[in-house]
Amino acid sequence: MEDIKKAVLDYVRKEYLEEDDDRELNENTKLISGGIVDSFSMVSLKRFLEKKCSIQIPDAEATPETFDTVNQILALIQRYQKA
Amino acid sequence: MAYSKKVREFYQNELKNVREAGLFKEERYIHAPQGAEIEVEFPAGSSTKKVINMCANNYLGLSSHPEVVKAAHAGLDHRGYGMSSVRFICGTQDIHRQLENKMTEFLGTEDTLLFSSCLDANAGVFEAILNEQDVMIADRLVHASVVDGMRLCKAAQDTFKHSDMAHLEEKLKEHQDKRSRMVITDGVFSMDGDLAKLDEIVALAEKYDAMVLVDDSHATGFMGKTGRGTHEHCGVVGKIDIITTTMGKALGGASGGCVSGRREIVEMCRQRARPYLFSNTVAPVVVSGALRVLELISQTTERRDKLEWNTKYWRKLLTDAGFDIKEGESPIVPVMLYNAKLAQEMARDLFAEGIYAIGFFFPVVPKGQARIRTQLSAAHEKHHLDKAGEGFIKVGKKHGILGLGKKELIEKFGM
Repeated sequence: MEDIKKAVLDYVRKEYLEEDDDRELNENTKLISGGIVDSFSMVSLKRFLEKKCSIQIPDAEATPETFDTVNQILALIQRYQKA
Repeated sequence: MAYSKKVREFYQNELKNVREAGLFKEERYIHAPQGAEIEVEFPAGSSTKKVINMCANNYLGLSSHPEVVKAAHAGLDHRGYGMSSVRFICGTQDIHRQLENKMTEFLGTEDTLLFSSCLDANAGVFEAILNEQDVMIADRLVHASVVDGMRLCKAAQDTFKHSDMAHLEEKLKEHQDKRSRMVITDGVFSMDGDLAKLDEIVALAEKYDAMVLVDDSHATGFMGKTGRGTHEHCGVVGKIDIITTTMGKALGGASGGCVSGRREIVEMCRQRARPYLFSNTVAPVVVSGALRVLELISQTTERRDKLEWNTKYWRKLLTDAGFDIKEGESPIVPVMLYNAKLAQEMARDLFAEGIYAIGFFFPVVPKGQARIRTQLSAAHEKHHLDKAGEGFIKVGKKHGILGLGKKELIEKFGM
């Protein structure tokens, strides 16, 4: 899971932050409620996770609540990797 | 009973939360036609006040123009009040087709289809022409109605950082496995007033085999040398596959919108777009007014030229006074405040000074990005702008915001 955590953090930084934005980003950083990722551009993150982890996340599960932190995202991935 | 006391109290509490967060919007009642100066009742129940309107989409000043009103009257007399029908049953008059042809000519496309609004055009277009084999790649700041339209479509979705051509190119490369790709953007972005780099987008679309859709609602009628829109401004007339735009802003401001572009795409919308199939046709009075608007703005560029002058004058006035405004060329000029309560208080104070402008805050703009969005009109004369400028400066001084940039404003007032 550590690999995936790093990959997700790297992806969020590259996909959503400007090059000169050096703010702290960790597994507890509020991505959606913190204004880093908005609910519209969240689709890119969902696609990345599905491709990276070879899973399908139902649209109903990909919400601003379940995607708000990397920790929450990892919990979601684990659930769908087992399924 | 479905609407029980418990349910009512739930919504009362929701509304209380909106007020406490400083996010409650109040309507003002206007006792006049739209124009550079209007009579406004605010708060409700008070006597009306004459104010300079700095927040209408009345970019060319045609919303109450006597020629447009006269043409609308003639439309009522010759083609009646309402059609009581969707287009394909018995809701298409000769004037509907005339207006579509005139829009096609004006925008430099192959065909056009009218909708009740551009919101409806955006709601219908994606679902009518794309499916799960395709991908939509949208600028992150596209209009809410485009977002909603995309959500109705089963094609894959992706987004690129606002106006970031390198990021768009990455996405286009990533999605080469799809049947087709569609790049989606506003022409002029409604909240920031900046322009899409349509020339670069078209070049990338050609390189990576993608269609381009532009919502040009805040540009049709005045951007570009002859007012055709952002595509004219960027030198790519004829190269945008789909333009959605409105008649509810510069083109008279009544209602109506359209999809305009490649012939087959427009025909697909005519066959399949749900708002076209299931919503009432545009009223004859509106069609007649819009036809006259297109005639007027095709004869001369004086209105869009005046708007351009007003825009440059107003932008310089605010910048010299020390307001934090988003740079750009469009007549959308946001005065950035970042804090929602500050935006509301300033709007109230501006009203007291005889200037009508509204605070924009979440959910209309992202949290922490509150502003007062000013908009120029060809109906504004220099004295309107000078008076409005005085009012803005007085209110700006009162709140201590002049000369402060983003960082200082956020430090002083919070987000």
